[in-house]
Amino acid sequence: MPEPLGADRLLALYRKMLLIRRFEERCNALFLQGRIPSTLHLYIGQEASATGVCAALRQDDFVLGTHRPHGHALAKDVSPRIIMAELMAKATGCCRGKGGSMHVGDVRQGVFPAVAIVGAGCPIAAGVGLSARMRGTDQVAVAFHGEGAANEGDWHEALNMAAIWKLPVIYVCENNLYGASTHFDKVFRVAHVADRAVAYGMPGVTVDGNDVEAVRDAAITAVARARAGEGPTLLETLTYRQCGHSRSDACDYRPDDEETEWKSRDPLTVTGARLLAEPHSLPQSALDEAEASVATEIDDAIAFADASPAPSPDELERYVYWEGD
Amino acid sequence: MAVMGIAEALREGIREEMRRDPTVFCIGEDIGVPGGWGGAFTVTLGLSEEFGPERIIDTPISESGFAGIAVGAAMTGMRPIADVQYGDFLFCMMDQLVNQAAKMTYMAGGAVKVPLVMRAPVGSTRRGAQHAQTLEVFFTHVPGLKVVAPSTAYDAKGLLKAAVRDDNPVLMFEHKLLYGSKGNRAEKGAVSPIGEVPDEDYIVPIGKGAIRRPGKDVTIVGKLLTVYRALGAADQLAEQGIDAEVIDPRTLVPLDKELILESVRKTHRFVVVEEDNRTHGWGAEIAAMVAEEAFWYLDAPPVRVSAPDIPPPFAPGLEELYVPSIDRVVAAVKGLF
Repeated sequence: MPEPLGADRLLALYRKMLLIRRFEERCNALFLQGRIPSTLHLYIGQEASATGVCAALRQDDFVLGTHRPHGHALAKDVSPRIIMAELMAKATGCCRGKGGSMHVGDVRQGVFPAVAIVGAGCPIAAGVGLSARMRGTDQVAVAFHGEGAANEGDWHEALNMAAIWKLPVIYVCENNLYGASTHFDKVFRVAHVADRAVAYGMPGVTVDGNDVEAVRDAAITAVARARAGEGPTLLETLTYRQCGHSRSDACDYRPDDEETEWKSRDPLTVTGARLLAEPHSLPQSALDEAEASVATEIDDAIAFADASPAPSPDELERYVYWEGD
Repeated sequence: MAVMGIAEALREGIREEMRRDPTVFCIGEDIGVPGGWGGAFTVTLGLSEEFGPERIIDTPISESGFAGIAVGAAMTGMRPIADVQYGDFLFCMMDQLVNQAAKMTYMAGGAVKVPLVMRAPVGSTRRGAQHAQTLEVFFTHVPGLKVVAPSTAYDAKGLLKAAVRDDNPVLMFEHKLLYGSKGNRAEKGAVSPIGEVPDEDYIVPIGKGAIRRPGKDVTIVGKLLTVYRALGAADQLAEQGIDAEVIDPRTLVPLDKELILESVRKTHRFVVVEEDNRTHGWGAEIAAMVAEEAFWYLDAPPVRVSAPDIPPPFAPGLEELYVPSIDRVVAAVKGLF
C-alpha cells in the first residue's frame, strides 16, 4: 500500500480539487453571461478522480482527457490562465482559440488536446504508451474516459492491445452513472465497468471516486505496475456529475434522492472533514486560506483572458498542417 | 539502379527509412508473421527478419484500434507506417483518421504533430463491393491530411520516403493491379509497372505531379491505374492524329494545380480519368478547378471519365464496364473535337 498522505500533501490535493470546483463554477457563470461562447461540460463533483490520479503521475507522464476535460488539465497542472483564455476564445488560449472547451490541453504538461469523441482517446493512449516503451522511457499514459466509453469499440480494441503488449497505460474510467442522460443500468449488464478487465487479462479496480486518497492509492499501484512493464490497469472511479451533462441540462431524468445522496459524499466535503479531524487536525482557517488563494488564482486567470486578444483573421488557416516547433 | 515493381520499391523504401531512423516502425495486420505474407500484397515481406517483431508490429484485427495507436505513437516522437490489408477497411478507422489524426495539430493550435503514414491498397480486382473500392476522395476532402497515390516504382519509393519524413499524417493509396506482387499473391490482370529505382537515397517531393506523356492537343489527368488507361488511350489517339498530354498528379493533396493548369492553357482541352464513383468525386473537383481557373483557355467543356455510381461489381464482365477502359477514354477525348 502507498504511504498515507500527511496533512500538507492532503491539503494540496484539497486545494487542487477546490481549484477545479471553483474554476468550473466561474466558467458556468461566464457562460451564462455570454463571455464563454461554447457549450460546457463541467467536472463538478468528479474532482477527486482527476486529482487523485494525477497525484500519482510525474510531470513527464501523459494524459488524454475527454469532452469534459477542464478538471483533467487543471489536475495535471495546466495553467488556469491558458485554459480560461481558450474557453473565452482568445489567441493566448492553450489551443490558440482553435480548440475550445472540449479540446483543452498543454503538451508541455503532458496533456494532449482533449479528445471529444467518446472512447477515441483510448487507443491513442495505448499508442502513447507503446511510444514510451519504444523510446526507452518509463513514462506512462492515462486515458480518462467515462463509463459510456466502455461501450465503444475503440475502448475494447485499445484495452485488448494494451493488455497483449503490456503497455504502460492506465485506463481511468470515471463512472459518473450517466452517459449524457442515459443511466448506467440501462446500458451495462455487469455491476462495475472494472469487471470487464478480466476479459482482457488486466487488473480491474473499482474505487470510491469521490475519495481523493482512495483514488490516489489505486493510481499509485496502477502507475507502478505500468512503469515496471507489467502492463495496463482498468481503474474505475465511482463518482457523480453534480451538474448537467452540458449547458442548459436541468437533469430532470435523475431522482432527487440520488442527487442528494451523492452530494452528501461531495469530494470536497469528504476531504475537508478529514483535514479538520484527527490525525491532521488542521484549523478551519487552513481551508479558508485555500479558498481565498484559489479565488485569487481564478480571478487572475479571468483577468488574463479578458486582457487577451481574440485570434486575428489571418490565423484562420494556420496550423491545419504542422508549422514547426 | 535496380529494376523492380511497386511492392518491392515500397519494401525497400520502408527498409531504408527504418535503417535511417529508429523512430520509424510498421504496424498492421499480418505484416510480419514468420512464414506469412508480408501484408496482403507482400510489401513488408521479410522486414520482420531484419527488424524483429518490436518494429514490425502485427496487430489483432482491430483497425480503429491500431490506427489510434499509430496516432498516439506519432504524437509522441515516433513515425509509424501503418497499413490496412484493403483500403476499404479505412472506413473502420474513419474516426481515428478524420477526427483525430487530421485535426490534432489544428486543435492544439500547432503544438502537436502527427507524423503518421497510412498505406492502403485500392482498386477493382474481382473482389466485389467491400474489397475493391477507390477511396481517395473520402480523404482528399479532409483538411489536415496529405494524400499520395504513386503509379510507378520510382514514385512509390520516393513518395514513401517523403511521407515518412513529413510531419503530417499522410495517406498513401496503392493500386492492387500495380503492385507487381509475386508468387501466389500476384493479381490477375495486373499492369505491374516495372521501373528503375535508384540505389541512392532520394525522395519524390509531396505536391509535385509528373507529365507522363507530353502532348499538345488535349490534357488527360489520371491517377494510379487510370494513368495507364490514359497512356493507352494516348497511344490510340496518336494513331488518329490527336496528341494527348498525360498528367499524373502523384500527390492528390496538396495538388500540383499549376502543372495541370499550364497543360490546359497549352492544349485547350481537358479530360480527367478516375476509377472513383462519378458523383461528387475526385474528377469533379479537378474538373471544377480547371473550369474555374482555366475557363477562358478551354475550347470544350472539361470532361470526366469515371466509374458509374454503383459499388464495384464482382463479375469480371461487369467489372470491366465499371473501371474506365482505354476505349472510354478515347471516346471521351474524341468527343471534344
